[in-house]
Parts: sequence; C-alpha cells; structure tokens
Amino acid sequence: MTGSILFLLIVILGALAWFFGKAKAASFASSADSRSLVHSRPNYHGWYVALWAIVPATVFLIVWNLVTPGLVTETALSSPAAQQLPQDAFTRGSILSEARAIAQGQQDQAFNPLSETMVEPYRAAISWYQTLGMVAALLLVFACGVFSWLRLKPELRARTKIERVTMITLLLASLIATITTVGIFVSLIFESVRFFSMVSPLDFLFGTEWNPKAVAGPRGETGFGAIPLFWGTVFIGAIIAMIVAIPLGLMSAIYLTQYAPANFRQWMKPILEILAGVPTVVYGYFAALTVAPALRDFAVSIGISGASSESALAAGVVMGIMIIPFVSSMADDSIAAVPSAMRDGSLAMGATKSETIKKVLIPAALPGVVGGVLLAVSRAIGETMIVVMAAGLAANMTANPFSSVTTVTTQIVKLLTGDQEFDSPKTLAAFALGLVLFIVTLLLNLIALRVVKKYREAYE
Amino acid sequence: MTDMQTAEMADNNSPSTESTLSEISAGDGPPKMTTRNVNVFYGEKQAIKDVSIDVNMDNVTAFIGPSGCGKSTFLRCLNRMNDTIPIAKVTGDITLEGEDIYAPQMDVVQLRARVGMVFQKPNPFPKSIYDNIAYGPKIHGLATGKEELDQIVENSLQRAGLWGEVKDRLQDSGTALSGGQQQRLCIARAIAVDPEVILMDEPCSALDPIATAKIEELIHEIRGKYAIVIVTHNMQQAARVSQRTAFFHLGTLVEYGVTSDIFTNPVQDKTRDYITGRYG
Amino acid sequence: MNNVATTSGVRRPTDWQSDAMQKRIAKRYAAERRFKALGLTAIVLSAGFLAFLLLVMMGNGLRGFTQTELPLEIDFPAMTGGASASQYEGPDADAKLRALGLQDIVNTSIELQYGDEGTELFSGGAWRAVSNAILDDPALLEQTATLSLPVESELDVAYKGDGNPEAERKVEELSDQLGTGFNWNFLGNSDATDPMQVGIWGALKGSLITMFVTLALAFPIGVLAALYLEEYAPKNRYTDMIEVSINNLAAVPSIIFGLLGLAVFLNLFGLPRSAALVGGLTLALMTMPVIVISGRNAVKAVPPSIREAALGVGASPIQVVFHHVLPLALPGILTGTIIGMARALGETAPLLMIGMRAFIATPPDGVTDPATVLPVQIFLWSDEVNRGFVEKTSAAIIVLLIFLLTMNAVAIYLRNRFETRW
Repeated sequence: MTGSILFLLIVILGALAWFFGKAKAASFASSADSRSLVHSRPNYHGWYVALWAIVPATVFLIVWNLVTPGLVTETALSSPAAQQLPQDAFTRGSILSEARAIAQGQQDQAFNPLSETMVEPYRAAISWYQTLGMVAALLLVFACGVFSWLRLKPELRARTKIERVTMITLLLASLIATITTVGIFVSLIFESVRFFSMVSPLDFLFGTEWNPKAVAGPRGETGFGAIPLFWGTVFIGAIIAMIVAIPLGLMSAIYLTQYAPANFRQWMKPILEILAGVPTVVYGYFAALTVAPALRDFAVSIGISGASSESALAAGVVMGIMIIPFVSSMADDSIAAVPSAMRDGSLAMGATKSETIKKVLIPAALPGVVGGVLLAVSRAIGETMIVVMAAGLAANMTANPFSSVTTVTTQIVKLLTGDQEFDSPKTLAAFALGLVLFIVTLLLNLIALRVVKKYREAYE
Repeated sequence: MTDMQTAEMADNNSPSTESTLSEISAGDGPPKMTTRNVNVFYGEKQAIKDVSIDVNMDNVTAFIGPSGCGKSTFLRCLNRMNDTIPIAKVTGDITLEGEDIYAPQMDVVQLRARVGMVFQKPNPFPKSIYDNIAYGPKIHGLATGKEELDQIVENSLQRAGLWGEVKDRLQDSGTALSGGQQQRLCIARAIAVDPEVILMDEPCSALDPIATAKIEELIHEIRGKYAIVIVTHNMQQAARVSQRTAFFHLGTLVEYGVTSDIFTNPVQDKTRDYITGRYG
Repeated sequence: MNNVATTSGVRRPTDWQSDAMQKRIAKRYAAERRFKALGLTAIVLSAGFLAFLLLVMMGNGLRGFTQTELPLEIDFPAMTGGASASQYEGPDADAKLRALGLQDIVNTSIELQYGDEGTELFSGGAWRAVSNAILDDPALLEQTATLSLPVESELDVAYKGDGNPEAERKVEELSDQLGTGFNWNFLGNSDATDPMQVGIWGALKGSLITMFVTLALAFPIGVLAALYLEEYAPKNRYTDMIEVSINNLAAVPSIIFGLLGLAVFLNLFGLPRSAALVGGLTLALMTMPVIVISGRNAVKAVPPSIREAALGVGASPIQVVFHHVLPLALPGILTGTIIGMARALGETAPLLMIGMRAFIATPPDGVTDPATVLPVQIFLWSDEVNRGFVEKTSAAIIVLLIFLLTMNAVAIYLRNRFETRW
C-alpha cells in the first residue's frame, strides 16, 4: 500500500511543480522587459519542471526496487537469528523465501518453524529499505524540481526540450515490440538449452515415444520423443482443419465477392467474422461437449474401431470452422487484387462466371490464396484450447481421425499446469516445444508474407 | 472488298429522332449489327442518349469523340459487357444478324463468343501464350481434339501476325511479351473463338507508335473477315484504319458517315470544331 | 505479317444453333448453377455452424440462469425463541444471523416438513438464501414465512430434464411442489464446488481487473509506437526490424506469450502467480501489436494536407501530431483497440501458463490478488464431472459472448460513425 501512496505523492508533487513552473514563466511573458526574449509558452515551462521532478525520482524508485531484494536478504542474514540457519543451500533458500513471503503478508503461516524466526529480521529490513527509498525519492523530487525551477528563464527552450523527451518516449514505446520478440526468443532458448543439457536434441526431435518422465529409464530412454506430437499437430491443424476451412472459406469468399447481391454480402460478412471472434475456449467446449460425442457415435455406428470420445477429427473440424473467416478474408483480398481487366477479358470471350473464376481468377489469385492458407496453418498449429479440450493426451501416431492424438500446444499446457519443480526436464520440455512452435510459426508467417507481398507487387 | 471511296450512302433506314442529320447505315449489303434508340443509364446518370448506328461486315467502323463522351460505353453495349456493371441499364434495340441481343432468350455467353472484344490495356491471362489462345476454343468446345486445337492456335496467331514471333515459345507466359505483342495476343485470342464482330476499345492507347502501326496493319489485314468496331481518340488513327466514322459528344451521336467525308467535309459544326482541334 | 491471309485457310463459321453446341451450352450453364450453389452452400454451412454453436450454448446455458426451488415453511418466532427484527438490521446483521444458528434452524425446518432425509433435497447453500431473504426484510423473523429455496444439484438437473433415474423419481414425487426461480447466485457468487452455488462474479471481476491492466499498458504504448513508426521513424534497418517484430508478434501463438510470462514475469521478476497484474502484462504484450497495426492504418489515413497546413502555421512536428493527427486518427485507433481487447478478453491459454487457473472462491480486490478470468473459469468448469456444471459452463459462455459481441458492436459502430472519407 505504501507504494501507491508514494506514487500518488509523487504525482501530486509533479502537478505542483507544473503549476509553479507555469506561474514563473507566465511572469516573464507578462513583464515588458523580458517578453521579447520568451521562447516557449508557459505551459511548456510547467511541463519542464514537472518532468524534472517526476522522472528522476521514478527511475530511482524502479532501480531501487530491483536492487533492494538482494540488500534485504543480506541485511536479514546478518541478523543474529540467521546464525541458526542450516548451511544446505536448498533448505536455506526455501526458509528464506517463506520468511519473506510472511513478512510481506503474502502468506499466513510457515511450514518450517525456522522461517518464523527469520520473519522479524526480514520485516525490519524490508521496512528499513522501504523508508530509505521513500525518503530518497521524495528528496529527489524536491531537489530536481527546485533545480529546474531555478533554471527557468525567458530564453529557455522549454518546448524543444519537452519535445525531445516526447520523441524519446515514442521511440521507447516502439521498441517494446522488439524487446518482446527478443524476450520471447531469449527466454525460450535459455530454458531449451537447459532442457537439451538433460535430453539430447536428437532424441527430442526424432524420437517416436512421448511419455515424459522425470528420470531416465533403464536403457536411458527419457520418453521425450516429440514426433508423435508433431504428427498430431500437423494432422489436426494442417490436414483436418484445412480440409474443412479451405473449401468452405474459399467458396464463401467466391460467392460473397462474385455472386452475392450487395445487401446479402453486407449482412453475411460480419456474420462470418463473428466466427473468428468467438473465443477458442468456447470452440473447445463445443467440440468436447457436442461434436466429439456425435463423431464417436457415428464412428461406432459405421464400425470403425478405435473411436475415442476425444478425437483428432472433432478438434480438427471445429478448428477448421474457426479458421473459415480467416481463409475467406484472405481469399477475398487476393481475388479483389486481381485486376478487373482479367475478369473482363475472360467474360468478353464468352466465358461464364464460374469458368472465369475457376480458370482465370483463382489461378491468378493463387499465390495470395496460398499465402493466406499458410497463415491459417500457422494459426491452426498454434491454437491451444480446442486441442486441449477435444484432442486428448494420448501420444498416438495414427492416421485414424477418430482416434485420440495429442499436439504440441496440448502438451505444453499439460507439462506446465502440474505442480512440478521448475527445473525438472518435464517443465523445461514445455519450453523446448514452445521454441519449436515459435520457430515454425515464425517461418510460416515470413514465407506467407513474402508470397503475398510478391503477389501484390505483380499486380501494381 | 468494298472500296470506301465509291461506297454508296445507303439511307434505307429511318434516322433516329434526335440525330436526324446522322446517317444510321453505311456500306453495302445487310448490316451485321444494328442499334436503334439506345440509351444507357448509370444509376441516375444518362451516359448514352438515343443512339442509332448500323455496323457493316465489310467496313471498319471508328467511334471518335472527346473523353467521357460515351463511345466506350456504347461499345460495351454491343456485347453486353455492361451487364458486369450492376447499376448500368440499357434501353433500345440492338441486333446481331437480326436477333435482339438484349432479348431474354439471347444467350450472353454465345453472344460474346460471336462479338469478341479487345481492351484498352492488353490483358493477357497469366497463363502461357498457347493457353491464352486455347482458352476460348476450349470453353466453347470449338476443337474436337488436341490437333485441331493446335491448328486453331496456330491460325489465330498467324492472323494476328504473331506466329513468327512466338512459335518457338508457346509455353512462355503471355504476360512476358512486350505491350504490342500482348495486344496482338489479345486480338489473336479474340479471333480464336471465330467471332463475327470484333470490338476494339482504344486498342493502341497503351502502345508505342511502332506497335500501334503493327496493330493498324493487322486491322487492315483482317478487315472483311470480321465486322470491326474501333474506339479511338486518335483522329489520325480513325482516318487511317476506318471506312466509317461516328462522332460522339456528351452521350449523343453527332454525326455518322464515310470517314473521308467526316474528316474533310463534316456536316455538323461540332464535328468540325473537334476535328480541327477546338476542343477535345 | 503479310502472308497472314493466305495461311489462314478457309473459315467455317461456327454453327451456334447446332444441337451439339446447344447441348454444350446447356451443360456449361448447369455447371455454372452448380458452382453458384456450391458457393451458397459454403456460406450457409459456415453460418449454420455459427447458428448451431450458439443454439447449443443457449440451449444448455439458459437453464444455468435458473434454479429449481422447493417451498419451505419456517416458523421463525418458534425457532428463534422470539428474536426481534430490529436486532438484525445494520452492517453486521450477517454475522449475527450466523450466530443465531440460522443454518440449524433451516435444517430443522426442512426435517419437519420433508422428513429426516429432507436436507438431502436442498442445496447446501439453502440457508444462505434464507439469510439473504432476512437481510432484505428483517420483519420475516417475526412471522411464519414460506420461502422458495434451491434444491440440490442432481435434483435440479433432473427437474430441468437431464437427470439420472433416481433423481427423476424424486422429481416425480415432488412434482407439484418444485418450481423455478432466477438464479441470482450465479451472477453474484464466485467459484464453488457445488454447482448450485457457483457464480461468475469472481471470474468476471478478475477479467475486468486484468483487462484494466492490459488496457492501461497496451493502449498508450501501442498508440505512441504507432505514431512514432508512422510519423517520425527514419527509414532504416532499425525501423524495419521494429516493423518486422510487430508484424510477427501479431501472429505468434498466444500460448508462447504465456511461456514468456512464466519465464520472465514469474521466474525472473518474481511477480506473484495467479495475479491479474501478470495476466494483464502478458495480454498487454499480445494486444499491443494489434493496436499498433490498426493505429498505423488510422494515422496513415489522415491526409498529408492536414500536416502541411499545421506546419504552415508554425507548429512543431510534435504539435502537428498531437494537436492534429492524433485526434483525427483516434476513432480508428479506438476501433482497433476494442477489437484487440475483445481478443484479449476471450484469451485462455497464456493465462493457464501463469497460474490463473486457481480455485478462486473470493473475488480479487487488487492487481496482485490471486484471480481467474471468465474464459479460464469456463475451461475449469468444463472439466468438472458433476452434470450440474454443464449448464453453468454454457451460461458463463453466454455471459462471455454477450461481452464480446457488445465490444465488437461498439467497434463496428465507431467505425461507421466516425469513418471519414478524405
């Protein structure tokens, strides 16, 4: 709570700084002898002082909060109570983190009685550093605010300075995306490297048995062969879902753009887009509750063996439905990009509309459509909830759509939602799977965007 | 072949109400296509007002006029390409060999096979040269086998004067040809379905002078085998390639007659002003 | 060129009226009709799937908003030994009622009316309904009142027509007494183990807090980044890199963001698990690219003449953008933001990764409290074995869909209302 009070205090002081800065600048602007020298309007002088007051203190607080946990632990360890702590690093660590949690009020009771003894030193250290940080931050607000206020003079280029700060803020904002991309890549690589130090990458990428165990079996097998997962992902996302989504999406787009009357199109397009807006968890529930049992009963009735209530077909079909609007809008764009001269040329030869579409428009739009399908595949293989809820966990290598298969995303969820130690290979395997998924979707996207771009250029 | 200098001004059709001074028909024999009192509306706006013209088999007919005068719109009525514009509405009578082409029983697919069209910008399909030409005969079922199809492709390309240039690379993409070659490919494509009339909508406006000369030469070659209607805003071109010229202005047909008369001795002042470059 | 005429041979005019040709034309038109019908079928099928999905959810879910009730007569003066209504008013009335032994009173009354096994007919939360009724109207305590109380889950499911034989039999017996009432608990409670007592309020509040964090982070960052990239960024390799990363982030599977959140926010920064703060941060990273992309399109649509006019009267580049370009682009940016937020609101997978799948029986009060969100709640309920959860899951889906459809409708309205054609 002290954090938010401090924050509020700094904001109020910043507002005061703005007010004082503006008032001083307003006095230059109104006095006759300095008026001609004034460069910026009083407003900017206000912001100049306010930013000086707020920014250094905020930066200081961020840095302070990053370094104090270490300092707190050190102070707590130097207290007399710390003398009785065991030397074993693991128990010591768990006692310390428990004590800290209690001291911060996140936990009510300790499991380890030793933790209780450490709570007091922790509480003292935390409040000491908190008070120190608060006082320092407030001093910084005053010092910087007064310093900048004294620097105000008519010829100060306050606007230019404010604008420079704004520009830097803009640049930083745009860098967040890059930082996130790098963050994803680094964190996935980092955890994957730890995983591959325990499990050979070759076993992982080319092994055919997926049955993750915390410790290696008698022949050194670890059960981390991801091929069945890759197969399941491809089977559901790239095969079954696309068999549903491509014809339906493509034909919908063709009908809407080439045949439908304007008012039908106006209503139908948003309705199809709703399909894309339904959350995936809803699709997953629909697949598990309605589609999967129906398909299983159907399979049983026509005598297919191995039909499961969690089937690749159920997940794939529902995923395909979800992807329809995606394929349809990509196809729509690609067909619209074909110059109308092509269409007119074909119609003027006496071709019917469908002949024109099949023999001229679609072949001409093909690169764009293919690019769109690649994007759709990349989306389908990264989709999680539908497969988690409808595809099952059994790592089967089967082409029987009525049986259960598992996918990369399903296994990531399964591996990470248990209560494992973070360092176990089972947990780390999720990151290795994530890395594979990330790289594959990235490549698919890059290729697709390139194909689409090339295609657009061809008709410009 | 008709000699345009000696062509009689056959005035056997009654003139339309508004363009009383225009000659509707020109040339020998029965007209291939006739149009009577044609109006075209784009929504509220009237683009063509009461136009009546006959097109003769033996002649090249040129439509001239300032841009926006409706000459292309009128051309597109002749094979019902205006059907592709939802708001366009055509009234009046247009016949091909005496059949009303806007009659309900008229099949637009057949009509367009009989009245071919070449567009302003060359628009070969993104297929091979061979497939571009074979497209029409294939969809209309004009060839019974591969050999006959090959023959049609060769004949069409020869007629379009392109055979010598492309016979060794029939499988190359049609879009890889030069602009002039592409336009001759489009003409060959139109010829391949064996039409009776060929409509050309400013076929040379996107081409350089040498390519233009080749197209004009080609038009001259095929005259008499097809009734040809050409829209152009280049008056010299109209004078060079056509035997009959129609002058359009603001959606009305101002004057229609033997090309040499239109250019040397126009009846209407407006025509004279346009031809002498007062506006356009 | 000149030998064209001689090589062309004799032309046979095509006989369009011949039978073969007429047959062929008829066939082509049949193909045309088939193709068109195929297209229409595709649309109808796609829309049909949507309609079917919505119907299934409505069919299952609407029942979730109602509960089956049995009447219970409670003789309060006798049971409480003459408690006066005025004692049970004010803020701590709830605790006082508890101290009065209301639960026992209710159970005794049930046994009086429905026999020794009567308590098994009622939901474990029945006495809370009595408690709420008294809080609304303390005067009840001085009279003999008949209240409609929720029955237990299996009976509820059976009465709604989907139960097991034993429950069906009980329903049969009680058929003239059973009734249906609106299930206010569903909107006001949080997660519970008894389907008769679960509610979505806890998850909904978690969703709202998470969305607040997401919006507070993603919107300013997204808008500022869009302005920088569109208005100021020099065209160089670094800018290209930023562009590429934004486009790729928009297509990265959401579960990868969950892995990032787990590795960075939880393990590296040590932020609390299951907290709306971490959920909001993770979803903000996911939503930001959507806002940047729509923001750039909106900024791009502002015509250069406006910028030139502002520069012409002496505005600095920053003033041009913040005084002129941004206000004009704002409707477009807002549309994109709402669409991005709608997507974030429906997102489940990344939140599972950062532990927002905990059992949350009390609604969160702050960004660091353990919380869950509506889609995750749906996922958790969908896994429950108890049949009573089927309708609750679907009912929660209906609530989620209402939120999403409203957001999308607002986005479409904004787009149509403020779309300016320059």
